[in-house]
Amino acid sequence: MNSWFAKNLFRVLCAFICICIVAILLITVSWLPAFGDPDSPTNNEVSAKYLEDGVEDTGAVNIVAGMILDYRAFDTFGETCVLFVAVCAIVALMQDDRKPHAMDKPSYASERPRQDAILRTTSLVQIPMIMIFGFYVILNGHLSPGGGFSGGAILGSALILHANVYGVEHASRFLSFKVYRRTVSVCLIFYALAKGYSIYTGANHIRSVIPLGTPGKLLSAGLIMPLNIAVGLVVACTVYIIYILFSKGDEE
Amino acid sequence: MGGNLLSNYHEVVSIILFGIGFAALLLSRNLVKKFIGLNIADTAVYLFLASKGYVLGRAAPIVSVGGHNAADYINPIPTGLILTGIVISVSVTAFAFALIVKLYNRYKTLDLDEIIALSLLEKP
Repeated sequence: MNSWFAKNLFRVLCAFICICIVAILLITVSWLPAFGDPDSPTNNEVSAKYLEDGVEDTGAVNIVAGMILDYRAFDTFGETCVLFVAVCAIVALMQDDRKPHAMDKPSYASERPRQDAILRTTSLVQIPMIMIFGFYVILNGHLSPGGGFSGGAILGSALILHANVYGVEHASRFLSFKVYRRTVSVCLIFYALAKGYSIYTGANHIRSVIPLGTPGKLLSAGLIMPLNIAVGLVVACTVYIIYILFSKGDEE
Repeated sequence: MGGNLLSNYHEVVSIILFGIGFAALLLSRNLVKKFIGLNIADTAVYLFLASKGYVLGRAAPIVSVGGHNAADYINPIPTGLILTGIVISVSVTAFAFALIVKLYNRYKTLDLDEIIALSLLEKP
């Protein structure tokens, strides 16, 4: 009994710590304001400002899109950069040290296309529909729920389906790692320049030349739609490239 | 104990999920299961933030064009924070799995204790 306890001391302590944390947090939750309380301190003047002035300031009907791509755009820029840095780190890790430039022209000998009639037939219908839906979500990011991140993930899933049905080699004809690197760099530089411009004009009280348009129209909200497209491209390519890098598997 | 434990059942569920994820992170020896636990804990935090931003009877912050009342919509800030959190958690998970693949290729095991034991045996 004593030796069992000594051997499992770490696990017993871990379970004890977890239970303690949950208990402390539950006691804290019991003192929090009630769920859905309009007077709760989280609903303070910051969110009221976004909701009241969001349409006039950003031109976006979707306040969340206006918030993350206009008021707090540099936060989103950092987020997108984190995605890119994560992919760069994964590539650096997965790369074979003996073949330093193998990533640009990888061999997909193990990745044959699946000869599956059901998958092939249904994907003929599904891939265009998923792509159209992804583009719709990206382009209407300032008008309806969605935006660059969710639409990009939908596009990325269509690309993954394509790579599964027709083989990675077929897909890497139009989206190789080189294309990915260029697309993402261009998108990130465009994002940085566009937001740098709007922050420069805002800080110096210069009138921005980008019109906000009529709220509710597709071509409105100034920079938000181009930024959504940039973020969407980055996310779509990143999701797909991460999948490809992991599905390549062990080539030894 | 305060009096809001039962009315805050969304937060209670998120705390319990966080505890489950944290326990999996600490107790599981398998590296993949550790990161599944980390993702459960992440999701619990999103549930907590979303339930803190919700206001009973109000609509999602897609405002109607033309005059709108700020008191008709929920708090948009937690939604934006959750969006940030999801992206960061995806990046961290992908990077962690790349590291796990490298560790597996070297030691042919996913058990953290075995990996530490094997790495101690290696000559520096």
